[in-house]
Amino acid sequence: MMPPMDEARTAADSRATEQEHIRALRRARMEAGLARRYAVDRLFRLAGLSAVVFSALVLAFLLVSMTANGVSGFKRSELRMAVPIRGSMQIDAQRLGQPDPAGGLELAGLPHVIDTAANAAFGKGGARLLADDAWREVADMLIADPSLLNNAVLNVSLPASDKLATAQRGDGDPDLRVIATRLEREGKLVRAFDFGFLTRSDATSPQSVGIWGALKGSILTMLVTLVLAFPVGVLAALYLEEYAPRNRWTDLIEISINNLAAVPSIIFGLLGLAVFLGLFPNYRSAPLIGGMTLALMTMPVIVISGRNAIKGVPPSVRDAALAVGASPVQVVFHHVLPLALPGILTGTIIGMARALGETAPLLMIGMRAFVATPPGDLTSPSSVLPVQIFLWSDEIDRGFVERTSAAIVVLLAFLLLMNGLAIYLRNRFEKRW
Amino acid sequence: MPSAVLLLLAFGLGLVGWLAARGRAWAFRRTAPRGRIDSLPGFHAWYVALWIAVPALLFALAWNTISPALVTHQVLSDPAATILPPTGFERDTMLAEAYAVADGRAYGVFNAEAQALVEPFRAALQKFQSIGLAITVLIAFAGGAFAFLRLRPDFTARTRVERAVMAVLLLASLVAILTTIGIIISLIFETIRFFGMISPTDFLFGTHWSPDPMSTSAPDGSKYGALPLFWGTIYIGAVIAMIVAIPLGLLSAIYLTQYASPRVRQLMKPLLEILAGIPTVVYGYFAALTVAPAVRDAAQAIGIANASTESAIAAGLVMGIMIVPFVSSMADDSIAAVPQAMGDGSLAMGATRAETIRLVLIPAALPGIVAGVMLAISRAIGETMIVVMAAGATANLTLNPFQSMTTVTFQIVAMLTGEGSFDHPATLSAFALGMVLFLVTLALNFIALRVVKRYREAYE
Repeated sequence: MMPPMDEARTAADSRATEQEHIRALRRARMEAGLARRYAVDRLFRLAGLSAVVFSALVLAFLLVSMTANGVSGFKRSELRMAVPIRGSMQIDAQRLGQPDPAGGLELAGLPHVIDTAANAAFGKGGARLLADDAWREVADMLIADPSLLNNAVLNVSLPASDKLATAQRGDGDPDLRVIATRLEREGKLVRAFDFGFLTRSDATSPQSVGIWGALKGSILTMLVTLVLAFPVGVLAALYLEEYAPRNRWTDLIEISINNLAAVPSIIFGLLGLAVFLGLFPNYRSAPLIGGMTLALMTMPVIVISGRNAIKGVPPSVRDAALAVGASPVQVVFHHVLPLALPGILTGTIIGMARALGETAPLLMIGMRAFVATPPGDLTSPSSVLPVQIFLWSDEIDRGFVERTSAAIVVLLAFLLLMNGLAIYLRNRFEKRW
Repeated sequence: MPSAVLLLLAFGLGLVGWLAARGRAWAFRRTAPRGRIDSLPGFHAWYVALWIAVPALLFALAWNTISPALVTHQVLSDPAATILPPTGFERDTMLAEAYAVADGRAYGVFNAEAQALVEPFRAALQKFQSIGLAITVLIAFAGGAFAFLRLRPDFTARTRVERAVMAVLLLASLVAILTTIGIIISLIFETIRFFGMISPTDFLFGTHWSPDPMSTSAPDGSKYGALPLFWGTIYIGAVIAMIVAIPLGLLSAIYLTQYASPRVRQLMKPLLEILAGIPTVVYGYFAALTVAPAVRDAAQAIGIANASTESAIAAGLVMGIMIVPFVSSMADDSIAAVPQAMGDGSLAMGATRAETIRLVLIPAALPGIVAGVMLAISRAIGETMIVVMAAGATANLTLNPFQSMTTVTFQIVAMLTGEGSFDHPATLSAFALGMVLFLVTLALNFIALRVVKRYREAYE
């Protein structure tokens, strides 16, 4: 017989077990839930990480593929041959010192000499394997060093014709491909590093194009942009940050600067076309007009970064200068501006880097002409790097694909240089208060 | 040449005035009892130099603008001008040629008859150049004398010079407004001319776009329906690109602000920003050369037969990648602006990081994120080079992303880089398209900046 107390205890026990059971169940459920919630958290974290990694991989792929293509774009197909010099032409060293020495050499029969030498070196039809203007390279060598005229033979490496270059890559005419394979085996046809790519200008054949014309155009254009946008941008930033009264006009200026910074660049091209080319119709595709258009685009960027830099100068500097009797203009030009200058310069360089890569507005104002000579001054027709890339990318010839990548490598190198400079300036001179 | 001379002259005289005034101010300093000089000698010097150089330069500028007309006028009254044809294109060319030769800009004339005009031009040029030079010098001296005679020990040179500095500052900041006005005016005039030929309803709601810049027949409104362009722009820039950019950008921002260690953040953030610094023409080349063929092959592999090399999706994907850092930095900023206490409170209540982000931080940062996406869209639809190089020229009103599509920016480039004349509706349509693009991006930017501003104020 069970005492009632025991009965009660058992009931209590069973209730307790039951509660414990429920508690255990709850804990299990909670733990399962917790595990699930942490799993979601890990998944989320993984998703974030993969987004970052994916973007970085795309960047790496882009840069690597451009560089890999670009490296071969710095090379060209060259034919190695010996050109007889002494006694083959009626010309003396003095003529090379006079105007138009290349014309003198042409008259003396240099192209013919080279064609004959090519036929001898590469078999029948060998002259056609050379690029049309290959003789000019020999002429340049002779002009640079007239004493070479006394050499019996000159060992040279001359550009191959476009067709042979294509054949060397394994495309194009089957007959030429056979010749290319044979010449390569004999060591007469090579892909050699082409320094001339950095010193020549645009041409119709991928074997003889160069980037210097476009690069010089870009430099001149950037010069105009800098001279116009930097002073205006800095002065506007100073005015808005230091002096401007809070009124409707100032608001209007601020709104237009913020909007200009976000307006598509092609709209600036339309402005340049309608206004600048309307005012100076003779300067189509001149660096002056290009620089003016890009200056309008860069100015808001300089203003915005300049204002941030000026805002960073602590008010105590201004107060101290005012307290010792400086006028508001002196405060700003003697104290605030020098302190803010590193920040302003950083912003300016970043804005200039953006302008250097800009293509669309320059297409609008006609900087897309075929320009085979580097621009002489600010008003002569010129191309710029990004537009040159765009124009070459439209060419069908396979040789231009590599040349385009090489031009991109040059452009990216310049951008890297500018951004590196900006980072250096920021780290070296920027003060933290 | 003459303008450079005038420039040097003005600066030279300015320098002389600067030195003279400085000397005089120093003399005040020596003679006047100390404390009675209002401004430093440098301010007196600048005051005089400005009075010399600024009016002279303004005059030189004005003279350079009007003197060609004066020269031509003088030549026309010369007896040699009787050989000119009375009106028309030939007359203008002859005048321009003779002027260029007399000026030294050209070496010879094509039209032999123009040779007779060279001498009169040279004489007139000589005369007006001397007049211009004389007046410039006169103005410089007058300004200098006026300013110099006002110098006194108690003359408030500093206030006056500083007033000039303030005027220059104000002018510099007005350039922004002038640029905006310039954009609007240059777009509006050509757009009005375009709508004079093509009705706005045809343009905005027509579904067929095939303008021919070479056609000489009367403008045909049915060929100027821009709806396919608007659709292509939105589909590439606001749909495909955003499908790539929003998840990637948002997740990157969340990872970098919430999970990553400071070192990873320091390394990856600039790396992502490099994506934004690569020129668009490089992206365009990448899209056309690498992505577009890959996309076409993939499409053909899954059985889409009519996939073209120039596809909307190739351009959109690459554009999305380009926009990622933009979305990511805007999202980064707005998440960072959420007060620390909100996130901490949620974590303290036992929420995991993911729950805190999803249920607290993102809702709180949403206005900023949405504004960032709007700015990103405005950037994407204004992007030109990627679509020019990868998206194609055919205006298709389709949902199939593997087909070629064209955009507003592509057509602006296509219409303005051709050979069409400026009176042709095809050329003018570029300005109308530019107007639409400008207004849409303006609206997007304006709203987005408003939202960002109000949202920042809410938490400050």
